Amino acid sequence: MEPVIKIENVGKKYFLSHHTKDKYLTLRDMISDGMKAIFGKQQGKSTNLSEEFWALKDVSFEIHKGDRIGIIGRNGAGKSTLLKILSRITEPTTGKITINGNIASLLEVGTGFHPELSGRENIFLNGAILGMSKTEIESKFDEIVAFAEIERFLDTPVKRYSSGMYVRLAFSIAAHLEPDILIIDEVLAVGDATFQKKCLGKIEEVSGHGRTVLFVSHNMETVTRLCNKAVLLKAGSVQAVGNTEDVINTYMRSDFGTTARRSWATDAKKPGDETVNLLEVRVHDKDFKTEETYDITRPVGISMDYEVLNDGDVFTHSFNFFNEQGINIFNVHDTVSEIRNKPRSKGIYTTTMWIPGNMLAEGIVIVGVAIIKIEPFKIYFHEMDVVSFNVTDEIRGDSARGHYVLGFPGAVRPLLQWQTIKK
Amino acid sequence: MENRIIIEPGAKRKNYWRDLWNFRGLFYFLAWRDVIVRYKQAVIGIAWSVVKPLLTIIIFIVLGKLLHTATPPGVPRAILVCTAILPWQFFSTAFSESSNSLLANSNLLTKVYFPRLIVPASTIIVSLIDFLTSLGILFLFMIYYRYMPGWNLILLPVFLLQATMISMGAGIYIAALNVKYRDFKFLVPFIVQFGLYISPVAFSSDYVYQSVKIPEAVKYIYSLNPMVGVIDGFRWCILGGKTNLYLPGFLLSIVVCILSLILGIWYFRKVEKSFADVI
Repeated sequence: MEPVIKIENVGKKYFLSHHTKDKYLTLRDMISDGMKAIFGKQQGKSTNLSEEFWALKDVSFEIHKGDRIGIIGRNGAGKSTLLKILSRITEPTTGKITINGNIASLLEVGTGFHPELSGRENIFLNGAILGMSKTEIESKFDEIVAFAEIERFLDTPVKRYSSGMYVRLAFSIAAHLEPDILIIDEVLAVGDATFQKKCLGKIEEVSGHGRTVLFVSHNMETVTRLCNKAVLLKAGSVQAVGNTEDVINTYMRSDFGTTARRSWATDAKKPGDETVNLLEVRVHDKDFKTEETYDITRPVGISMDYEVLNDGDVFTHSFNFFNEQGINIFNVHDTVSEIRNKPRSKGIYTTTMWIPGNMLAEGIVIVGVAIIKIEPFKIYFHEMDVVSFNVTDEIRGDSARGHYVLGFPGAVRPLLQWQTIKK
Repeated sequence: MENRIIIEPGAKRKNYWRDLWNFRGLFYFLAWRDVIVRYKQAVIGIAWSVVKPLLTIIIFIVLGKLLHTATPPGVPRAILVCTAILPWQFFSTAFSESSNSLLANSNLLTKVYFPRLIVPASTIIVSLIDFLTSLGILFLFMIYYRYMPGWNLILLPVFLLQATMISMGAGIYIAALNVKYRDFKFLVPFIVQFGLYISPVAFSSDYVYQSVKIPEAVKYIYSLNPMVGVIDGFRWCILGGKTNLYLPGFLLSIVVCILSLILGIWYFRKVEKSFADVI
């Protein structure tokens, strides 16, 4: 079958200019640069002040009908640039894209909304901006209003809307577009929970009708939930294409350099010193099965194997946890086990630490390991970015999310006790 | 599938004009938005489009009287000034609004695709509506002075079209330049102000040509300002036989208008693909 979107060797080059703080050129700059260039030439000096930068390079992949594609990658990986090219807002520098079918892009909710205009007027204006015809808008008008739940405020200028109403209306118009291909850029993390759920449902419904959805997000959770395929971009190039979970795992490996298991057993040079050597670190479930992805409600075990080379030393174990944004979620030292105070004999040991379910937030967790002595303080080894794993939430209602579907910030996600007393 | 889009660097958009036609709904809604928003919180609303030219007309009448500028015989000064101020006001608002339109709608340019020409073109509609409203002033003056226009009046749309062409041509050209060089934001008000004095607003160029001996070459050069042709044309239509249309000058200004429109569209299309990157 012919792909809906075929992207071939697409590249986008920007010029970064270094010589001016202002974003905009003025004629004065042009003239003075021109003068400099003339004098520069006379003096044989180069005055090349701008630098090339490829935001995208040699990007090729295909998207088929009905796919829901998540585009992931770090900041600056080129995700937004790719969307802008696909939406025809900007032009690629190289390559070719063939799109079969009409395309609507939603890079922002409420593009072109005018605060002075009423809800009714904005529906028509925004609909036209998103590419709907007047008759199309008229036929869907009631549906849009009902979906947005703003019936009573139809004739109020949107500047008097609450931000929730504003977003609901904006999304509702967009959700009633009927393009063959819908492009969405992280616009969903808005509105209240029920409405978010409605939006997600709407997007799934859209793709259920054989439409293709392209979705860009930093948020692994939403991508996992929404997309059946994913594309990983790194520094402007495609790193992986495939089913969402595989691509997210590749993302963890390539961008964070780790997987759920790492071994040094056969390496000549192991982390450690003359007393203790690190052999292996694993992330596993309660049955000690190594996995990349864990349900948020389940405990996660981290085990490290190490070899003690001398008799008689006393030390303890330590882990560091970081999230995708590089935030140190928490650090732990073993301050509870019996063995931490006892002199060790030579041999291989395995230490396991359990993180309870409903503690970590969704997303990628990167682990560092160490063996240390507290008194007097000594580090035998301390390895950062050793293993990583992905925490996901299927939103069955038994996690700290409850039934809330979208953006949920915070480095941890504990499920806590609540009590309310009426006085 | 019937719809196939190919995105390539420097692709000549074969269906550029068809695309423009497909987006006519957006053109309509942008113009409609500008009209509504313009007078949304103004107490006297659309009356502003009458008040503004009316005040200018009064000032020019007073100035003309004080300075004793000559008027063609049998033509009330109010009508002479009015026939110039109205098209001039149309040009100046259409030109300034359209040259500023891309910047004013930069959020649209960076978030959605549509043929960018729609933005400056739709602003002309607002000015056109203002112009048609302000024609009421002329009408009232004509009733007051019991002034009967001749058959020439039916040619008024021709000169209106000419004024539209020049405001649009210059407007889209400057709008495109404005995206990259913000200097033009300062240049436009200057052009509009300066133009008011060098165009035949306070006097009749035909009457000057008749009463003073002016070399043909100077007349040609003066006619290079396309608004000279427009204003003279308006006067010719409304004042009937009282003023003549300087035909070579008029033809020249038609040529200037068409060239400016072609140049404007050509430059606009050349740079519009990079708007989202530089705005």
